[in-house]
Amino acid sequence: MTATCPAPSTAPDPAPAAAFPIADTACRVVSNEPVNAEYRLLLAEAGPAALTAEAGQFFQLKCPPTTLDRPFLRRPMSVYRIDRQNGQIGFLYKVTGKGTRGLSTLVPGDTLEAIGPLGLGFTLPAGTRHVLLVARGVGLATLTPLVQMARAAGAEVTAILSARNPAMVMSRDELAAQGARVIEVTDTAGDSDMAQVEALLRRLHAEQPFDFAATCGSNRLLQLTKALSAEWQIAGQAAMEAFMGCGMGMCYACVLPVTAPSGETIFKRVCREGPVFSIEEVQSW
Amino acid sequence: MVDLSVQIGSVTLRNPVMPASGTIAEGFAEIVDLGRLGAIVLKTITPDIRQGTQPPRVAEFTDATLFSIGIPSKGPDYLLESTLPVYAGFGVPVVASVSADSVEDFGTLAAYISAPGVAAIEANVSCPNLRAHGQAFGMDPEATAEVIRAMKARTDTPIWAKLTPNVGDIAQIARAAEAAGADALVVSNALLGMAVDAENMRPRLGNVIGGLTGNAVKPVILRMVHQVAQAVSIPIIGCGGIANGEDAVEYLLAGATAVQFGTVNFIEPAAMEDAIAWIEAYCRRHGVTEVRALTGAMSPRHDQKSPLQSAVL
Ligand SMILES: Cc1cc2nc3c(=O)[nH]c(=O)nc-3n(C[C@H](O)[C@H](O)[C@H](O)COP(=O)(O)OP(=O)(O)OC[C@H]3O[C@@H](n4cnc5c(N)ncnc54)[C@H](O)[C@@H]3O)c2cc1C
Ligand SMILES: Cc1cc2nc3c(=O)[nH]c(=O)nc-3n(C[C@H](O)[C@H](O)[C@H](O)COP(=O)(O)O)c2cc1C
Ligand code: FES
Repeated sequence: MTATCPAPSTAPDPAPAAAFPIADTACRVVSNEPVNAEYRLLLAEAGPAALTAEAGQFFQLKCPPTTLDRPFLRRPMSVYRIDRQNGQIGFLYKVTGKGTRGLSTLVPGDTLEAIGPLGLGFTLPAGTRHVLLVARGVGLATLTPLVQMARAAGAEVTAILSARNPAMVMSRDELAAQGARVIEVTDTAGDSDMAQVEALLRRLHAEQPFDFAATCGSNRLLQLTKALSAEWQIAGQAAMEAFMGCGMGMCYACVLPVTAPSGETIFKRVCREGPVFSIEEVQSW
Repeated sequence: MVDLSVQIGSVTLRNPVMPASGTIAEGFAEIVDLGRLGAIVLKTITPDIRQGTQPPRVAEFTDATLFSIGIPSKGPDYLLESTLPVYAGFGVPVVASVSADSVEDFGTLAAYISAPGVAAIEANVSCPNLRAHGQAFGMDPEATAEVIRAMKARTDTPIWAKLTPNVGDIAQIARAAEAAGADALVVSNALLGMAVDAENMRPRLGNVIGGLTGNAVKPVILRMVHQVAQAVSIPIIGCGGIANGEDAVEYLLAGATAVQFGTVNFIEPAAMEDAIAWIEAYCRRHGVTEVRALTGAMSPRHDQKSPLQSAVL
């Protein structure tokens, strides 16, 4: 159902959200500014269904055509900001190809068609006290709203942000403002290799034990987080990506090999059984 | 008032719009009202449980996609126990779709799933026939006919033969399916294609070859519907590159009684509902009171059929 949504305060429409938990919403773009050389932040007014989004869920965005490109499929983007008070959702995206190039042309007042919220988000076990976030690159966009969720549940958060160089570390302020302890490691500073990150995580765990770990954006960080959470016997989740056809669980294009409890490898749909998976079942990012 | 209902053999549809097999799933009901559709067509199942092809499973072009999914199937018991109940409550005919490696298995599977909630069964003959070195059943008129005969012998549920477009003479296959007792024809499944990534020198799909679908294929399949309509008298359901009401009407005019929407559901979930409204408005605009009057109503540009129609280039 296509629902046009001006500011939700002026046109509340609770019915579709109740009958149809997922909506294709024509959202009004509020801003779409670069945050660094590669990434942009897109904020848009969203309807009631979209505003039920939780950390780890995503939207299928219709990317506008440009003079060069005509993206056919929609593109999946994690929800980066869920601002229920102001009725806005936000996406932090890297301009990589024709879809995201199209997104970068949106200006305030334009319409962004977004299907969502889609997929399964993060679930914090009851009583979680100290959450470890390990993110690199675009993984940050996905993990950022988890801070909000963890803080609301009364947990502390330590976020390890890995990047090529300090200019590429995003949302450090956003995370800190939400009450996370932020630790940056970068390739240029020489402290982002796995041996050093492992030593850092072990030291942090010894100081104040983690009881939940989440990761997104890098295979090496996934393997490290997976090994450590197994050793420490804590729950962990990983947000995964795959090429998507529909994002709605219908085409089976987005399958990811995961390890079933029986030990055999099976396919799960990233858009429907994910994008957030338990860290034990995922094999590689 | 425009009467949008159409008749596919013994099955009455309240309007001519339905999804193509494999392009909707349970999650679609969380977004759109399936109760407004003409029918609900389910994804193909096989007798056995299958995981499908290796990823990547999709590549994208301008107005088209190339998918290779390989029919992941949870088998017939899952269909009867879990899938059918989900769709039973919409008051819309539910059409199952089956495929198998052998003629006998097509018949057995059709009999097995002929439950009260199944209004018709599509025979997806685009899959490899193990006894013909993996050539698809649908590429051979006799193999197509054998599949339909085997299914008709084992069930009273109407059988819709979903043809493959990857043949030289689609009309010949259509006639074979009709003669074997098919109640309707779905024209058609996906065109075979492939995509190569020049930079990394590899195929874009894990399975190398996939099915080309989406708006770009419409002229090819529309032509096939036109050819099939001249060859058979059973109803035809057009399927290929339909994205809106206008595309649907083009298919009806070329000879289809109903239409299926596929890839567009992935991009515009409201496409089918919007199309139903568009078709109704179109009929009103053209003074058409019954949508079924559009079937084959394309009027010729010239009085006489061109002798050159099959030698167009
Ligand atoms: C659940 C999920 C959440 C995501 N969240 C974010 C996010 O918050 N921020 C962000 O910058 N990126 C995110 N991505 C990745 C983003 O979807 C891709 O970068 C984007 O699709 C690239 O599109 P493009 O047309 O610009 O690039 P192209 O390279 O031109 O894309 C070509 C094709 O490949 C597909 N594709 C390419 N890369 C990816 C990829 N990594 N994942 C899935 N499909 C891909 C596209 O859908 C398209 O069909 C997410 C991906 C998934 C699956
Ligand atoms: C992801 C995907 C899965 C499909 N699965 C099936 C299937 O299980 N059975 C079938 O008969 N056709 C299947 N098809 C083919 C469609 O039903 C339809 O024939 C084809 O997509 C052409 O229509 P379109 O151009 O509108 O997409 C599938 C198509 C796609 C894109
Ligand atoms: S993208 Fe279609 S099933 Fe996941």
